[in-house]
Amino acid sequence: MIALQNISKWYGDFQVLKDCSATVDKGQVVVVCGPSGSGKSTLIKCVNGLEAVQQGQIQVDGQEVTSKKTNLTALRSRIGMVFQHFELYPHMTVLENLCLAQEKVLKRSRDEAVSKAEMLIKRVGISEHINKHPSQLSGGQQQRVAIARSLAMDPIAMLFDEPTSALDPEMINEVLDVMVELAKEGMTMMVVTHEMGFAKKVADRVVFMDEGAIVENRPTDDFFGNPESDRARDFLSKILNH
Amino acid sequence: MNYNWNWAVLLEEEYLQWLISGLGWTVSVALCGWVIAMTVGCLVGVGRTVPNRWIRLVCTCYVELFRNIPLLVQMFIWYFAIPELVPDDIGRWMKRDMPNPEFVTAVVALGLYTASRVAEQVRAGIETVPVGLKSAATAHGLSTYQSYRYIQLPISFRLIVPPMTSEFLTVFKNSSLALTIGLLELTAQSQQIAEYTFQGFEAFTAATIIYVFIALIVTALMHLLERHTAIPGFVGKDS
Repeated sequence: MIALQNISKWYGDFQVLKDCSATVDKGQVVVVCGPSGSGKSTLIKCVNGLEAVQQGQIQVDGQEVTSKKTNLTALRSRIGMVFQHFELYPHMTVLENLCLAQEKVLKRSRDEAVSKAEMLIKRVGISEHINKHPSQLSGGQQQRVAIARSLAMDPIAMLFDEPTSALDPEMINEVLDVMVELAKEGMTMMVVTHEMGFAKKVADRVVFMDEGAIVENRPTDDFFGNPESDRARDFLSKILNH
Repeated sequence: MNYNWNWAVLLEEEYLQWLISGLGWTVSVALCGWVIAMTVGCLVGVGRTVPNRWIRLVCTCYVELFRNIPLLVQMFIWYFAIPELVPDDIGRWMKRDMPNPEFVTAVVALGLYTASRVAEQVRAGIETVPVGLKSAATAHGLSTYQSYRYIQLPISFRLIVPPMTSEFLTVFKNSSLALTIGLLELTAQSQQIAEYTFQGFEAFTAATIIYVFIALIVTALMHLLERHTAIPGFVGKDS
């Protein structure tokens, strides 16, 4: 479903991604982890072309993200994305947040968009807030709205860029619960996160990055049970001790 | 100071009519100029933020040109120089047949000058919209146009209501420069009353009070607009 082949990216002279290759098969959940500044977020933003790469190829559902011939807006509309800081449209109600792209990009009718939105908002458990503005909701609620907003587009895959990093600790689980449920339903997911509990529970593979390179890319149990690299062992010992 | 105060002069039929007519021209020039300023200013301001560098360059040149030449000079250029520079037929028409030449020229000069200032406010507003919102819009498949139309512009227009209030007020005050090309707006009429009656204090006090009233009305209207468009819980207002 998602294939990254030897991608490299530079900001000026600084190389942020070094020859990264990885794949996410249909229905798989792949967790990308690693220390801050290792290039995880940049990597996931390359998947739907929010960030350009200078070398290598990216395919999503058989289409080349890196090719100029690809209709990138059409491809993006089929890939959901959830951001660290939610990025809900502040001037719109929750309902409008969910309807905008459905109506303007997918050209769904108003009724269709609204009923889809209501269904998804109910699913993430915040039906009573559907007519509020984002800033009137808690962080956890906002992130659940953001997930619902992406799901409204009936995505073929979902990208999560540190979805719980900006949340208060007591709100992390309500977001992870929604993500676990999604994973169990067979959604193809690529998740940048520090939540190792989530990774252990639902990830098929774990990609470990350090200094812009993919250091490990292995099945979840192997990664946690027997990390190959010193860097990954060091990372795990630091975050699993607490 | 030996001065014969005579406030009643302002109520004499002829002079009162002059003031009212001056007020009419002031409001007309300011409002028509504002329409041009908003239209051109929004286009140019958006143009300064688009991905295409040629559009950005043209819009930047516009702003630097119109913002950096004194309005009075611009007024003179439009009135005295442009009719000589354009092709003869058009020049002749501008000088001889164009209806209300002082009014039209003042509106164009004031409008295009103010547009450069509005453009800067619009640009600042757009650049204040968090970059992540643009990413979110892009990630959901919205085109650049749709992202501007539904996300960036609605948010930035709300953000710039307060500075735009100042620009709107400035348009009314700057409209007084139209007197230099012969438009009998409020300031010109007051000056004329002063010359006819030698009651300069009264005449200009009247003009001052009228300007202040216009400003208060504009401020009140813009405040209503700000309240009406405020986003609940956003930018610290009315949450």
